[in-house]
Amino acid sequence: MPHAHPTTPIRVLIAKPGLDGHDRGAKVVARALRDAGFEVIYAGLRQTPEEIVRAALEEDVDLIGLSILSGAHMALFPRVLALLKKEHAANIPVFAGGIIPDEDARQLKRAGIRAIFGPGTSLQEIVTTAQRLVRSAA
Amino acid sequence: MTRAVPSAARAILDGDRRALARAISQVENRDPSVAPVVRALYSHVRNVPVVGIAGPLGVGKSSLINLLVARLRELGRTVAVVAVDPSSPYSGGSVLGDRIRFSRRADDGGVFFRSMASRGEAGGLAAATREVTRMLAAANFEVVLVETVGSGQVDIAVRDVATTSVVVLVPHLGDEVQTLKAGLFEIADVFCVNKADLPGAELARKDLAELVGLAAARGAWTPRVVSTSTFPTPPLGIAELWSAIEDHERFLDDSGQRATEERRRLATEIVELVRERVGRELSERIDRAPGLRKLLDEVVARRIDPRTAAERVERDRPRRG
Repeated sequence: MPHAHPTTPIRVLIAKPGLDGHDRGAKVVARALRDAGFEVIYAGLRQTPEEIVRAALEEDVDLIGLSILSGAHMALFPRVLALLKKEHAANIPVFAGGIIPDEDARQLKRAGIRAIFGPGTSLQEIVTTAQRLVRSAA
Repeated sequence: MTRAVPSAARAILDGDRRALARAISQVENRDPSVAPVVRALYSHVRNVPVVGIAGPLGVGKSSLINLLVARLRELGRTVAVVAVDPSSPYSGGSVLGDRIRFSRRADDGGVFFRSMASRGEAGGLAAATREVTRMLAAANFEVVLVETVGSGQVDIAVRDVATTSVVVLVPHLGDEVQTLKAGLFEIADVFCVNKADLPGAELARKDLAELVGLAAARGAWTPRVVSTSTFPTPPLGIAELWSAIEDHERFLDDSGQRATEERRRLATEIVELVRERVGRELSERIDRAPGLRKLLDEVVARRIDPRTAAERVERDRPRRG
């Protein structure tokens, strides 16, 4: 559905669900995606799942990136996925980054988070994965 | 002229926010398949206030918009926000960060917020933004706020989009000579001195009030000067800012200027759309279509100068009217 025109930029929402205030990672990723030609809608800190999904729909994004370091990912990520499904928007791929233990990461991937990036992931890998997720969703 | 109303247009008129969001993307993407939707919505567009909020980076435009939205919701008005941020001329990408300051109840259907990247097309952007603001008006929003950086040739021309232009400034932006320069200061219907809690705010307000008193050049409207501060709780001057905007909207109606201004904006929009279309079509064909290639060869060989070549291209275009 998106990309009627080959040069149309990919629109991605970058948001931080929950209560931790550590947004350095999200900002670095936003910057890297911008430099790779994405239009990054940066929603910032302390977003509820409801706010995130609403922003994604209003902004008509092709992709959602969630950053979290609080440990509340097992509560918040599934909620985002459930709300997307409820809004018939489960086709929008969701990726995540932050401090997420391997066992949780496996579960979240089964639940529908398409990619999870831990500490030490290169920006290039994030950009390439983001592009691939959008291509495969189109 | 009877045409079936496309289902997307029907959905937008019925308040379907996703259909609206998708149509806005299509307008942004210059997707030709949106044309029937735009056409079907046009007769449903009401004359709502379209308020441009312009000013340099970091003066507090996003924070003011957040508070204006809250004020409008208090007054029971529905409101849509279009926030324009620049695209990188290098990568074409952008970071659209105006949502950060934006807060509302997640279930409030009376508010819609959309970020737009300028995508490098200075001229075309105003046309796309106008198409988007009209869609929002057709979707029953009673006020549209448009946030934009500056108002020069490279940025979106606020006056080509907004019915009321608010220019936001802060103390210590420079001495009063800055106010003599052409541009931002000339387009304001309302000046907003934000961060009025900072020292120097009263001086900035006085300077502006004096400037406004001297001017009174553009028609019969004397621009208002309002001081605001978004920092304290509760914030200062927001109700006054909105009533200054409303006063200007009322003036547009009472003086008949709304109609003349709208006519001017629409004329500009048509010219821009034609320029964009003709320019794009020509740049695609100039080194491909046989006749044009030959003409270009002649120019390269210095037998015809570019100006003469342009005249020939123009002469050979089918014309009307």
